[in-house]
Amino acid sequence: MKKFIMSNLSRLGPLLGLILIMIVLGFASDNFFTLDNILNLLRQVSINALIAFGMTFVILTGGIDLSVGSMLAFGSALTAGVLASGMDPILGVLIGLMAGLAMGAFNGVVITKGKVAPFIATLATMTIFRGATLVYTEGRPITGLSDSFTFEMIGKGYVFGVPFPAILMIGVFFVLFFILHKTVFGRKVYAIGGNEEASVLSGIKADRVKIGVYALTGMLSVLAGIILTSRLNSAQPTAGTMYELDAIAAVVLGGTSLAGGRGRIVGTLIGALIIGVLDNGLNLMNVSSFYQQIVKGGVILLAVLLDRRSK
Amino acid sequence: MGEQTFVSMEGIDKSFSGNQVLKHVDFSVVPGEVHALMGENGAGKSTLIKILTGIHHKDAGTITVKGKEGAFSNPKEAEKEGIVVIHQELNIIPYLSVVQNMFLGKELTRGKTGILRNKEMYEQTKENLRMLGVDDIDPDETAGDLSVGKQQMVEIARALSTEAEMIIMDEPTAALTDREIENLFRVIRSLQEQNVAVVYISHRMEEIFHICDRITVLRDGEYTGTKVVADTSFDEIVTLMVGRELGQRFPERHHQPGETVFEVKNLAREGHFENISFEVKSGEILGVAGLMGAGRTEIMETVFGAVRKKSGEISVDGKPVSIKHPSDAIKAGIGFITEDRKDEGLVLHSSIRENISLSNLEAVSKNGWISGKKEKDLVESLIKKLHVRATGAEQEVRSLSGGNQQKVVIAKWLGIEPRVLILDEPTRGVDIGAKKEIYHIMNELTEQGVAIVMVSSELPEVLGISDRIMVVHEGKVARIFDTEEADQEMIMKAATGGEYREEIHNE
Repeated sequence: MKKFIMSNLSRLGPLLGLILIMIVLGFASDNFFTLDNILNLLRQVSINALIAFGMTFVILTGGIDLSVGSMLAFGSALTAGVLASGMDPILGVLIGLMAGLAMGAFNGVVITKGKVAPFIATLATMTIFRGATLVYTEGRPITGLSDSFTFEMIGKGYVFGVPFPAILMIGVFFVLFFILHKTVFGRKVYAIGGNEEASVLSGIKADRVKIGVYALTGMLSVLAGIILTSRLNSAQPTAGTMYELDAIAAVVLGGTSLAGGRGRIVGTLIGALIIGVLDNGLNLMNVSSFYQQIVKGGVILLAVLLDRRSK
Repeated sequence: MGEQTFVSMEGIDKSFSGNQVLKHVDFSVVPGEVHALMGENGAGKSTLIKILTGIHHKDAGTITVKGKEGAFSNPKEAEKEGIVVIHQELNIIPYLSVVQNMFLGKELTRGKTGILRNKEMYEQTKENLRMLGVDDIDPDETAGDLSVGKQQMVEIARALSTEAEMIIMDEPTAALTDREIENLFRVIRSLQEQNVAVVYISHRMEEIFHICDRITVLRDGEYTGTKVVADTSFDEIVTLMVGRELGQRFPERHHQPGETVFEVKNLAREGHFENISFEVKSGEILGVAGLMGAGRTEIMETVFGAVRKKSGEISVDGKPVSIKHPSDAIKAGIGFITEDRKDEGLVLHSSIRENISLSNLEAVSKNGWISGKKEKDLVESLIKKLHVRATGAEQEVRSLSGGNQQKVVIAKWLGIEPRVLILDEPTRGVDIGAKKEIYHIMNELTEQGVAIVMVSSELPEVLGISDRIMVVHEGKVARIFDTEEADQEMIMKAATGGEYREEIHNE
């Protein structure tokens, strides 16, 4: 019985943590539990959540992707560039997403075919993609995007009062949830992270799965970047700097093992919400951004320590 | 000291969270004897040793060491009293030299300065190794570059350097070649002469009867007896271990081999083996013997597409198949039960269900979507068929016993309904009961016409179950025997290259 409670506690841990933080913030700030704030919060969270969803796949295979922020920047700049040149916004978005897919696939190829450790490979491509962004934008923000309703909708729109980015986040979450838990691809992702050698010897083409996982992450990072671009109505060459850290933090807070093979994407959604709620709540309480970082880091550390305990 | 017992454990009880794992166990060791500790997996051997060395604490009973009663509270204390354990997974740091490993944690220094006395440590290491008769080990060599057998010798030398009076060896021969085993036995004999007691934990009957003086047997945590080797027999020990007559170890083979199913021609891999050709008929078991490092596992990995071959052809049911990846082999109907089930066979943190489906994902899915029902049906029928003892399909495989883990690996491959099944050391680390079940499964498969290739280092097993035996020596097929015309000696001769050289002489 004790064992049962403990094992479920560790599964429910992130959710309980989120609820606890929300209750505390609710008492600390009158504005926290207003509908406006919650909707705003969901919109803020969506960017990190989309990146973190991809990161979950990568980490489940036992890898890591440090280049997400740079891919976000390059994809955004490319999309903005296409828009600024007056082409169809949908085409711009598709080109951006394809670029994300290609950058991610490149990461995957370097890691699998080049046999470079994911940390090193994506550390290098993080710099390369950032450099490429700076070259493409000549170091200046791209502004003067079209005033296309469709494109503005992505970052600023509402559907039945709910911010469109939040809807996008939830939609992508469900698609990825089913891929991870109901498809052969998802099963392979878990198996490779659990024991790559055994997976290959069971006939799984691990290289292909991994390339797919990094490509997915690249695409999701650019999707997050497009939301950002639409909201700001411009693409910044420095966009997404350090975003990889929040994404990894969300995955880890959600209980996914950095060693791979174990974890859940629901956890990542909750992890991203925890980070978003902290940012939002501390802002409402007028806590200086310097202290915010200490609190955020402290919460991450605490969560991981509690997780260790329960295992 | 002479006849005085070195260690005596009496009436030891131990429970883990209400589950009694040791019930009134007695165990005593006298100086200079080699004492085997036997029992099936889960019988309580390692718990008993852990209690002796202070890793676990007994609930009841007495422990007497050198006439003094009292229990150790940690392995360090036990070591001080001369009790050292050499684990199956060796405690060697591969990047350090032999000397550095020998003196790990007890380096000789100049006073308290922390400056090392390297020359002295080198000389002492050399002397220790010489005393063991393994002076071919260079103390400056990187330990990881040594063979497993030599690494083990380094551990034994380290134990002796701490003036060990009793060395506990856990499955010491599991990873050794036959020549290394011989050397180990020679070392054990010399330890005996120095009045050092050896506790020898192993599943290998032949070895135990060869090297040990007494055998203590445990069954389900209970002490079932201590026998003097000279006055006992295989059958008596097996009966003590499993509580019943096991009957014949190997099943009766009735099936007559049919058409050739599996054919390998002139297979070669750079630097590993060359010119490997063999065939296996439907319903036939081809045993593959050879010394460790002869290339047996490498051949099988190459056949299966896990590593790239240099040249060679493979055909199944007369049709040539191109195998570049394990998935090609699986499509051709070949299954491969690897030597190391923990590293290569199983995803330990996953459930039995997920492990069994791993090689059967195509069969349990449609257009990439997994069908929960199909998966459940397949997994449950295989669990039933192989008598996997578990709480259910969702149990994590790491919590299963070795024998049951191996059955999960076999289940994984039966799922693909193989035409050819390659088994690499299928009974290693598996207890006698499960071993017998595995032989039965192999026999049943042959009756369904499956062609089986079994790599094994246990000669009695190779002789007991194979129809034909292929002996590999230094990357070449030394000889293929019909089992009726082979015996252990002939196989060993071929495996060590005797046969091969003779042929050259005759030519």
